[in-house]
Amino acid sequence: MKLFLKVWKQDGPQTEGRFESHVLDGVSEDSSFLEMLDQLNEQLLEEGKEPVAFDHDCREGICGTCSLNINGFAHGPENSTTTCQLHMRKFEDGDTITIEPFRAKAFPVIRDLVVDRSAFDKIIQAGGYITVRTGSAPDGNALPVPKEDADLAMDAAQCIGCGACVASCKNASAMLFTSAKAGHLNMLPQGQAEKDSRVLNMVAAMDEAGFGNCRNYGECSAACPKDISLDYIAKLNRDYAKAKIKKVFS
Amino acid sequence: MNLDSKIPEGPLSDKWENHRFSSKLVNPANKRKFKIIVVGSGLAGGSAAATLGELGYNVDCFCYQDTPRRAHSIAAQGGINGAKNYQNDGDSVHRLFYDTIKGGDFRSREANVHRLAQNSVNIIDQCVAQGVPFAREYGGLLANRSFGGAQVSRTFYARGQTGQQLLLGAYSSLSRQIASGQVKMHVRQEMLDLIVVDGHAKGIITRNLSTGELKVWTADAVLLCTGGYGNVYYKSTNAIGCNVTANFRAYRRGAGFANPCFTQIHPTCIPVSGDHQSKLTLMSESLRNDGRVWVPKNVEDCGKAPSEIPEDARDYYLERKYPSFGNLAPRDISSRSAKEACDEGRGVGPGGRGVYLDFEDSINRLGENVIRERYGNLFEMYERITGENAYQRPMRIYPAIHYTMGGLWVDYNLMSTIPGCFVLGEANFSDHGANRLGASALMQGLSDGYFVIPYTIGNYLTTISPGGIDPDGEAARQTMESVKERVSQLVSAKGKRSSRSYHKELGQIMWDYAGMARNEPGLKKAIGQIQDLRDDFNKNLLVTGTGEEYNMELERSGRVRDFIDFGELLCRDALDRNESCGGHFREEFQTEDGEATRNDEDFAHAAVWEYKGEGEIPARHEEDLKFEEVKLAVRSYK
Amino acid sequence: MSLYNRLVMQSSLIKKYIMALTGIVLVGFVFVHMAGNLQVLLGQEAINAYAHALQNLPAPILWGSRLFLLVCVVAHAVTAYQLIKENRAARPQSNEVEITKRAGWSSLRMGLTGSLMLAFIVFHLLHFTIRTIYPEYNDLKTTVGSPDGSEIHDVYSMILAGFRIDAISVFYVFCMFLLCRHLAHGVSSMFQSLGLRSESWRCKLDFAASAYGWIIFIGFSIIPVLVLAQKYGLVNCLDTCGSSCSVNL
Repeated sequence: MKLFLKVWKQDGPQTEGRFESHVLDGVSEDSSFLEMLDQLNEQLLEEGKEPVAFDHDCREGICGTCSLNINGFAHGPENSTTTCQLHMRKFEDGDTITIEPFRAKAFPVIRDLVVDRSAFDKIIQAGGYITVRTGSAPDGNALPVPKEDADLAMDAAQCIGCGACVASCKNASAMLFTSAKAGHLNMLPQGQAEKDSRVLNMVAAMDEAGFGNCRNYGECSAACPKDISLDYIAKLNRDYAKAKIKKVFS
Repeated sequence: MNLDSKIPEGPLSDKWENHRFSSKLVNPANKRKFKIIVVGSGLAGGSAAATLGELGYNVDCFCYQDTPRRAHSIAAQGGINGAKNYQNDGDSVHRLFYDTIKGGDFRSREANVHRLAQNSVNIIDQCVAQGVPFAREYGGLLANRSFGGAQVSRTFYARGQTGQQLLLGAYSSLSRQIASGQVKMHVRQEMLDLIVVDGHAKGIITRNLSTGELKVWTADAVLLCTGGYGNVYYKSTNAIGCNVTANFRAYRRGAGFANPCFTQIHPTCIPVSGDHQSKLTLMSESLRNDGRVWVPKNVEDCGKAPSEIPEDARDYYLERKYPSFGNLAPRDISSRSAKEACDEGRGVGPGGRGVYLDFEDSINRLGENVIRERYGNLFEMYERITGENAYQRPMRIYPAIHYTMGGLWVDYNLMSTIPGCFVLGEANFSDHGANRLGASALMQGLSDGYFVIPYTIGNYLTTISPGGIDPDGEAARQTMESVKERVSQLVSAKGKRSSRSYHKELGQIMWDYAGMARNEPGLKKAIGQIQDLRDDFNKNLLVTGTGEEYNMELERSGRVRDFIDFGELLCRDALDRNESCGGHFREEFQTEDGEATRNDEDFAHAAVWEYKGEGEIPARHEEDLKFEEVKLAVRSYK
Repeated sequence: MSLYNRLVMQSSLIKKYIMALTGIVLVGFVFVHMAGNLQVLLGQEAINAYAHALQNLPAPILWGSRLFLLVCVVAHAVTAYQLIKENRAARPQSNEVEITKRAGWSSLRMGLTGSLMLAFIVFHLLHFTIRTIYPEYNDLKTTVGSPDGSEIHDVYSMILAGFRIDAISVFYVFCMFLLCRHLAHGVSSMFQSLGLRSESWRCKLDFAASAYGWIIFIGFSIIPVLVLAQKYGLVNCLDTCGSSCSVNL
């Protein structure tokens, strides 16, 4: 395959970015999108040029490191797919592909297509945990969890923290991420003790990080490689309202 | 080299309890005076950093990823063993211990493995309390499945993402400590050297991958939780970033490296499709429950579509060679058989490196829906990667490097031969011997981090006074100088070849001569080729950009350079281990029908390598393994 | 203001609750308004009597409701402005290629349709309620529909007079289309913002929201459309023959 690539280049967080165009020939249909970029970088090296920086690690769709906005879509046009699992057979010979970083104020560009997603860590640090001392846990079967609740919690817990929800949202809202993380714990009996403080603190951290507001149009869920449902956003809205009311009247 | 394993006295089942009691305690008021560095944030590092922070130590945790939650523990699929006996099927701590020792082909320490089995029970409780959404039965209690040929159901799982969920559990605990200020997290930082003062580990030097800044970090103890070295083969199921640099740097500073030749190969991976491929993807072994493995009998048929090859022209070689286990033969055996078939030229798919895993019979017998229910997500993944529909034509599979049992040598306290330098998880060598059983890697990482190191680190800390060393002092400065020199050497390399091309070439050498099957001439040849590759690397490497910026090429070059040296060490270890055991199969040591022949007389030991300087042949030491509880037996799967 | 800041402005979710709660009020209001309007079809007497009754509600109720509605509109608009401002700041650089997988035109253009609706509300009040655009509408008086035979404001004639101007009718219908699109997203979205929607119900709610939008659109638009249609002789269903009607179509 021969491809025409339009790739975002940016030297650092403070500098202006620009697009650079490259022609890449001899791309195998069987290669993944990131392998295609590897090939581009090898070609750039041969030409004595700087390679394009991009984030990637496990390349099997679970670590959440890879990002990339491909032709306007976070992780590319395929549903339920991370960039590393997107294969070139989904493109046509001669296609022009525009590759941009995940764009959000809360995700500043480090270089080229690499962005800093540590704002997500801040949200987790605000309350995305259950306080349990190592060694102090009761027996695993001491607290039964209805299978349905466990399954729903697992649906939310699958989130890989890639940030596609933020990148696909026109408002760069992190509601899907925050709600999945809070929802997973709030749904389990173990997570009840800290439920109210968890939602209040996580939402506060989310707001503080500079993410936008949820507009309920569902682009996040459509872009999510793990198909996290908007139900968790509804649940967060509900849990937050309850927690806030309790707080105001206590 | 002092290889005192410090195994406690007493009967096997009391050793850990005795050791915990006799271990020195650090006064709570003193804990905050000690500073501990944790390198790596996977299951071992994340759980260790969280727990030590919770105990009151000052912890600095480092990872090369952009957040601790991305460590490659996240990719583990199957599950985690726990000797809970919830199924009432006869499981016990002792049985898990025995299965692990036997699975490791009797090349691990009894006391360590027994402790692992004991801790497995606590791990499950801990993770449940953290909110890990393990699979449940309808009654709300934890579900189990059997795994890895064990005769009991003791594997706890969270769909096919157990590693992810356990890691997120550890990460949430770690995040709590980060929020409290007890742990300071340093992301996108790569450890480039270990600072050793008077023989004790006192800090590390890191490179900030975003800015290129080199920095000295001092501490009273350093924990390396840096994972395995599977990427020495270039293509493996590891993440692209996984590397041996931290461990190898510690080895160069005096830490013994044990059993580097013990590598595990997973039989059911998606085969290589071409030169572009950067990584191999694992599919759960459970596929072999319903799939039949075959290759064409005749080399001429290999190019044909599988449906055109008649039944009598197919060779179901596992069923033929191992009639009682058939397609369920253990990982190492079925991997080797696939390689043999392909070596005979009967492999299928691109490059002839693949065998068929055929579901036709199962689909005819059970219906497509049943197969879809059991393996739907795997078939989907296969189609995404290969573009082929496995309901209509057989899957192609091939073995791939998956896990490395070898690692830095540690004693019972998880301390390496450098006092103050501890090694946890896949990075150490201690618990899996020559072969790891399924669902045991997660167990080991969490056992080391949550339940071992918090007790054993006190034995070291009480022997030193807190405060570390002066970060501007002589020792730190010297180490920093050597790191700077190394980085500037790499960054000034303006040859013609990219580091990736060297990594690929190294991987090919390793796979060809030190992969599934090894022999003396091959290993000697590999060592020669690796040495030539190193010379070429030193002359012709090309690194673009500078050291003071985000520079992927520089990062990779440093890692590949260490892999080259390490690859040679691995081959030397494989060459000197004149037996076949577990993942290490030497063609010279097999029975007439191709089974591994272990040599307990001469090799019931861990081989520990000591660095002797650049270009020098490392020294081989031995730690004898004493088996008091179990009898050494031959593994047979006929 | 500081209390408002403390309670509302600090939390993105509270802003969303305000949008949803004021949205519910306004959604309800447009329905009642539409139902009232449709009495035009029943003839001069019905609509005049209805309008007269509304205007003669006890002052606390009349002005209380008006104030309440005003507060809702203002809160809805001000909060929307805040949200949009924050949203723009959260995504300072847009993509080279802007494209969506699921979000449709209406959900992406709530700010646009909302702003135009706000402008429309101002115009509409000046047009028919305060009547500063055409002060002569104040002089339309009749006894038809009057409860006690005294002269009352002839709302029926005013509507006919208002909509017989082509541009105004077209503008009203256009604005009702915008309202329809605004509702199509808003009605379903407010349930989500309040945490009362689930994915299994989303399709049904989206359908209901869209249907509601179209009902409102048709209900409001039918009057200007009929007025114009009658003006151009296409239909003859609005009663303009009676002696009491002062508008000729």
